[in-house]
Amino acid sequence: MDHPIKRDHSRFRKIIKGKIRDNLRKYVSQGQQIIPKGTDKFTVPMPSIDIPRFKFGDKSQGGTGQGQGQPGDPVQGQPDPNGEPGQGEAGEGEGNKELDVELSLDELARILGEELALPNIEPKGKKSLKSTKDKYTNIGTTGPDSLRHLRRTYKQALKRQIAMDSYNPENPTVVPIRRDFRYKSWQTKTENQNAAVVIYMMDVSGSMGDEQKEIVRTESFWINLWLKSQYKDIEIRYIIHDATAKEVDEQTFFRTRESGGTLISSAFSLCKEIIEADYPPTEWNIYPFHFSDGDNWSADDTKLCLDLLDNFILPASNQFCYGQVESRYGSGQFYKDLVARYGQDHENLVLSKIKNKEGILDSIKEFLGKGK
Amino acid sequence: MNRSKPISGELLKLKDEIEGYAIEFGLDFFPQIFEVCDYDTVNILAAQGGFPSRYPHWRFGMDYDQLSKGYTYGLQKIYEMVINTDPCYAYLLQANNWVDQKIVMAHVYGHNDFFKNNAWFSGTNRKMMDVMANHGTKIRRYMERYGQDAVEVFIDRVLSLENLLDINVLFETSQIRRNSSSSNTDVEEGEFQNDDRSQALKSFMRTKSRSEKPSDKVEKKKFEDSPEKPLTRPTRDVLGYLMEHAPVEEWQADIIACLRDEAYYFLPQRLTKIMNEGWASYWHSTIMTQRALDSSEIIEFADKHAGVMAMSRQNFNPYKVGIELMRDIEFRWNTGRFGKDYNECTNMKDKLAWDTKVMKGREKIFEVRKSHNDISFIDEFLTADFCNRQQLFTYKFNPRTGRMEIDTRDFEAIKQKLLMQLTNFGQPLIQVEDGNYKNRRELLLRHLHEGVDLDGTYAHETLKNLYGIWRRPVNLATKYEEKEVVFHFDGKDMKASH
Repeated sequence: MDHPIKRDHSRFRKIIKGKIRDNLRKYVSQGQQIIPKGTDKFTVPMPSIDIPRFKFGDKSQGGTGQGQGQPGDPVQGQPDPNGEPGQGEAGEGEGNKELDVELSLDELARILGEELALPNIEPKGKKSLKSTKDKYTNIGTTGPDSLRHLRRTYKQALKRQIAMDSYNPENPTVVPIRRDFRYKSWQTKTENQNAAVVIYMMDVSGSMGDEQKEIVRTESFWINLWLKSQYKDIEIRYIIHDATAKEVDEQTFFRTRESGGTLISSAFSLCKEIIEADYPPTEWNIYPFHFSDGDNWSADDTKLCLDLLDNFILPASNQFCYGQVESRYGSGQFYKDLVARYGQDHENLVLSKIKNKEGILDSIKEFLGKGK
Repeated sequence: MNRSKPISGELLKLKDEIEGYAIEFGLDFFPQIFEVCDYDTVNILAAQGGFPSRYPHWRFGMDYDQLSKGYTYGLQKIYEMVINTDPCYAYLLQANNWVDQKIVMAHVYGHNDFFKNNAWFSGTNRKMMDVMANHGTKIRRYMERYGQDAVEVFIDRVLSLENLLDINVLFETSQIRRNSSSSNTDVEEGEFQNDDRSQALKSFMRTKSRSEKPSDKVEKKKFEDSPEKPLTRPTRDVLGYLMEHAPVEEWQADIIACLRDEAYYFLPQRLTKIMNEGWASYWHSTIMTQRALDSSEIIEFADKHAGVMAMSRQNFNPYKVGIELMRDIEFRWNTGRFGKDYNECTNMKDKLAWDTKVMKGREKIFEVRKSHNDISFIDEFLTADFCNRQQLFTYKFNPRTGRMEIDTRDFEAIKQKLLMQLTNFGQPLIQVEDGNYKNRRELLLRHLHEGVDLDGTYAHETLKNLYGIWRRPVNLATKYEEKEVVFHFDGKDMKASH
């Protein structure tokens, strides 16, 4: 059995997760607070998990130190009340703890899922693509000694002894014999291979400012997080466009700013090309996202966009998402056009308006709430 | 589950050797038990204040989380843990190398001697390991009965007030303590002090005596009819006061009692940090350099020792100041640099070369370790000369530059600063003044302001927790930004009146 402190530890983790869930809106709207660490770990800063006490305010206090220097010279860094070098007696350190909590991708995604009540995604994966995985979930009567399951073995021996009436409760000795032995054994599970691709498209014309891009970046972080937790393999592609579209890497995606006009159809047709080239819709779960401030150059181009959606993108993808980020310059016309064409409740087209940073969480819910 | 095991073989031989030196030097200690364990176990023990079994609480999990991370990333490492019990338990990290184990053992004998002989530890229950385990069992049982959440919330609240202790309680004999709480016990004095059962028994009796009171309803009624007798004098033992007077269930009163016992158990260690570490370091250094060290181990010892003694510009290292002061005292009393003649000598040349060859140094430091705590230690033995040699300074926050800056190297200022930080073991002085404030059964605490404001956010949160125990409005009188202010929390809003 594990040491009881592991229970304290999981209790602590539970409290933290609860705190993060309670403050999720804040974490999301303030962006960039949650820092990815490696591929599937995240660091979340957690203030004030500490037990409150009557204590002295920090700044006015100062302290004592040792070393050279004149009055007025800076003492590097801040005093750290816990920073005792070398040996130390526990149970005495008390100080400010700005905790950095580590969470795995799954844990963080679960928090997001619970808070937003997101349904799990039913992948439309190709059933022919299967992978197998061995899991030790079974019990067998043969096996190597190293896999012997002691508890089950003794249970079996106890059963046998009771059945044979050779068990004496006064003297509860249980002796397993050869045929009582039980071993852990595996079961082969087949899993459907499901792969997903997310294609982000963003309008980088002059009317999309830094704040709008920040919103898109935050939103895409959480969407990626959720989709990553739902699919085993996931690929992410980025397209930027003004009057023309090009594929870029993640860095460029969030940094670029062009000044030209806007032809949304350019992005849609590039998206179509990418899907056609790399992601046959029968084998891939496809999620195109498009973010813009709703300005399109002309009604003709909008018509072209709708055609592309109807004829290719919508049938090919699980769900097409359009997020309209409010900006001072955008007219929001494209949203209206889409509503006029598809209505608010289309089967696999989701529209969302994002007013400001506070709106991100709701918009994520709109995008992912359908479980597609 | 045995996560640590007694030492054997070479280590056991080493223990006998070091113990021999300790006896030779005149250290007087409890029987010493060393156990070895892996780093995970050391982290667990450290997170639990050194004890293998505590009550369940997420705080231990949090500390464990931090310690494990620190170890994994190589930021910190705990070489040893020693607990103030009789026999004295100490845990050695399995991965320590030979020299480390030697240093640690020698160090532990220093602590052990200190625990046994320092006056501030005289009232300590040395069977604390059992007591803590009992507290754990009791609290677990309460959790089963009243729900984990309810109990945990209550513990959180009590922990919030854990630092509001009265150091004088340490010297109340159990006789007085018993009289002041309940009187229906006739267990013999000695048994009460020394037997581990007595703690459990005491707490059981406390529970019993409470439950023998008229039922809750009647009690409450009585409460409203006759307002609480005013306090004859304010008390700093806030937990004790709440235990006796807060309108809580008996299991809650029992939890307050458990946590209070534990807080008072740790208190002497908080009062003697500098001395305790100084004393232990003095002895590991002495035993190692004069007896135990093999010549091939000198470099390694020096490296480790220097690491422990390192004092940076921002951090006050109790090990360093402690050992240096001990050595300074030994030197002064060896050479006779004390008393009227020396103090009144005005000839600097004579003073510098002063040596009466009285050689009373060793004797003196043994005496010091018996009767002082950190405050009196610093007050009496910190000298201007010492501050100079150690290049001590004070620093403070400069709001203009937004950084900490060296303030002064003036001896009096340094001493004042140190004493101030040590006053009331570094915690604000807070006392209960009235349990029937404004004749409305509100609680009034007063912060005796000594020049440093309380942390506002923390104070507010703490008041909320206090309200959760007192269940009537709570008040805190303090000074904030030079103004007298009373914070008032009535369960909903926090108000400040000037």
